[in-house]
Amino acid sequence: MSASVTVPPTAAAPRSPKSAGRPSGRRAPKGIRKSEGIAGWLFTAPMLIILGLFLVVPVLMALWVSFSDWSGRGSPFASGVNFVGLDNYDELLAGGGLAERDFGVALRNNAWYVLLVVPIQTALSLFLAVLVNRQVLKGRGFFRTAFYFPSVTSSVAITVLWLFLFGASGAVNKVLSWFGVNGPNWFQDPSGVVHNLLATVGITQGPAWMTENTTLGVSWWDWWAGPSVAMSAFVLMAVFTTSGTFMLLFIAALQNLGGDVQEAAMIDGANGWQRFWRVTLPQLRPTLFTVLTLGLIGTWQVFDQIYTGTQGGPGKTTVTPAYLSYTSAFESQDWGRGAAIAFVLFVIIVVLTIIQRIVLRDRPVSKRRMRAYSIASSQTANKEGRP
Amino acid sequence: MQRRSSLAVALGLAAATALTLSACGSGFDDAGETGAAQDGSAGLTVLIGSSGDAETKAVTDAVAAWSEESGTEATLNTASDLNQQLSQGFASGKPADVFYVSTDALAGYAANGSLYPYGDQLSNKDDFYPTLVDSFTYDGQFYCAPKDFSTLALIINTDLWTAAGLTDADVPTTWDQLTAVAQKLTTPEHVGLAFSPEYARVGAFMAEAGGSLLNEDGTEATVNSPENVEALEYVKSLFSSGVAKYSSDLGAGWGGEAFGKGQAAMTIEGNWIAGGLQADYPDVKYTVASLPAGPGGEGTLQFSNCWGIAADSPNQEAALALVEKLTSTDQQLEFAKAFGVMPSVQSAAEQWKTENPDKAAFLDSADYAQGVPTLEGSADVIKDLNSQLESLSTGDPAAILETAQKNMEAIVQ
Repeated sequence: MSASVTVPPTAAAPRSPKSAGRPSGRRAPKGIRKSEGIAGWLFTAPMLIILGLFLVVPVLMALWVSFSDWSGRGSPFASGVNFVGLDNYDELLAGGGLAERDFGVALRNNAWYVLLVVPIQTALSLFLAVLVNRQVLKGRGFFRTAFYFPSVTSSVAITVLWLFLFGASGAVNKVLSWFGVNGPNWFQDPSGVVHNLLATVGITQGPAWMTENTTLGVSWWDWWAGPSVAMSAFVLMAVFTTSGTFMLLFIAALQNLGGDVQEAAMIDGANGWQRFWRVTLPQLRPTLFTVLTLGLIGTWQVFDQIYTGTQGGPGKTTVTPAYLSYTSAFESQDWGRGAAIAFVLFVIIVVLTIIQRIVLRDRPVSKRRMRAYSIASSQTANKEGRP
Repeated sequence: MQRRSSLAVALGLAAATALTLSACGSGFDDAGETGAAQDGSAGLTVLIGSSGDAETKAVTDAVAAWSEESGTEATLNTASDLNQQLSQGFASGKPADVFYVSTDALAGYAANGSLYPYGDQLSNKDDFYPTLVDSFTYDGQFYCAPKDFSTLALIINTDLWTAAGLTDADVPTTWDQLTAVAQKLTTPEHVGLAFSPEYARVGAFMAEAGGSLLNEDGTEATVNSPENVEALEYVKSLFSSGVAKYSSDLGAGWGGEAFGKGQAAMTIEGNWIAGGLQADYPDVKYTVASLPAGPGGEGTLQFSNCWGIAADSPNQEAALALVEKLTSTDQQLEFAKAFGVMPSVQSAAEQWKTENPDKAAFLDSADYAQGVPTLEGSADVIKDLNSQLESLSTGDPAAILETAQKNMEAIVQ
């Protein structure tokens, strides 16, 4: 899925001159053209079959399970399994029970996680890429490898490492204690970071309109709790592990940029800061879109860190929809609900990707900026004494 | 041209998908519907979620011995994630024949028909503790034989106990005495009492206060009963006076770790703690006492797994024979020796007590021990309750129980 959305809109293949030159009356392909078509299908068949068997079919099966009362025994297509319509979705989104609240909490946790991880990792990876892309830097290879290293390490290994680092008497709290900071008991602390910040200015109870209104069984005040301290540790981990991967994408894009544009900007008198924001960054837009999309998808699907690290604790503050889907199905034997969670998550990811695509689309230069250019060009024209 | 071929692709894909889907469906059906056909010569697979090498070895030996005796082949596998592997087996129609089932998974597997309810066919049926039989009864049917069981008791660090000037006569038998000794045992280095932040520990106080999550026949939610409120308020008072802490607040994974590290002088754990301390903290000396009585009398919680037999097993007769052998008095006493569990049959009680005099308190409390709820969905309710109990020291006991009451009412019907 990610591959299909990351293709830049302008990448449509140019039509071959032959087909463009043909008269409009179209005939069925003949002779050599026809055998080419068969060969084409033959060559793509293995991939189509593999994709169909291991991707399309399971997805369709899961879709059916989300609309059925399958209980996990035997085939989901057996005669005893009934179509229950939107019951599973209804229970999840408007059931009013534990299922709805659990889903609300999972969405809350994951939304904060995405909100923090995606911008931080994108900014950090771009920063690192710009750093190691500089020609003057000695030992660039070393730094590139070092920054990329966390990405190639297994997430399970890093999670275990993180559990030790952020333990109550772990290395992080030890370092904090040198500065007189009494570190939290990271992975056992369910309190929300935003709530904690508000508590420092004396706000410990939300206003009535926030505590009394609920969405998905979670009060608005609790939606604003922010990531729990435990989840914040996972945020740091995600930034640490994925920045290297995206740095690689940015490096590739940076090396593709022509030096002539930079030189032109230098001649125009743009300083380094201006050149980065006005010249380099706009040219990186396709890569930026890729990185943001991949980041968005990856962070909404976070599972393995939770499964190996906290199992959703403390206080359910690290439960994510992906993990909730797993436990609903495999532990509570509620397979329909588990599948429904997966499809709601899918819709969320698709909608967010579309929104992001709209925000990042190529816009015509705005009138305000256009005016600046036209004034500048008319001034230079005047200086040179032309009419 | 381009449009027509993309339509062809779509049609082709749809056809292929439909074909594959129906093929899948029929494949599954074969397994699902004819799976229960009996075959007396089929070998058995046994799947266990083992606590460690000692358990794996003991069960492997027992299964091998039975296999030799009966002539039926049997292989043992250990699961890294038992629930996941069982679920996969049930969905594919080819599950393991004999396997461990936990109390919180029982309802789900029983409700979807994955389990073979063989309890009433057991020759040693009346020998099991009645409360254990209740734990593995779903919808009026006794599904599976409890393989062993555990209860909670008070574990006391003997060195810290004597250092605080306490004697055997001071072992607490009431809540007031518990508060008093915890007070004396609390020093800047360690707290008096520590246990995990979950219903499976805090629930013992509810039992001592005379409360429970469900009424006796499991038809009514009683989570917000005054007894339970009283229990949580007592636990909260222990926290606020600083004489008790959750093990997680001490940076320990469970009560046994906090106890072994000397961060707490007492903990509430089950008989499995013996193995844990032996392995990780062999130098810690401890005694085991029954939990102190609360306003509702003596109380504790008990935990158990059972030997499930799959409804899809091709050789249920042999599976039943294997389970009878594994739950026999002699075999259970051997398991007890190997990995420190308590036999689930009453006929083994006396011998177990003479062999383990220091742990007799665990078995003594079996008479009044309370099982955890086994209704379908109760595991989720308890998980939610656990998440709230984590913040009991700052939370409102009545509000916590009120939420759990609502959740429990939704599944009791």
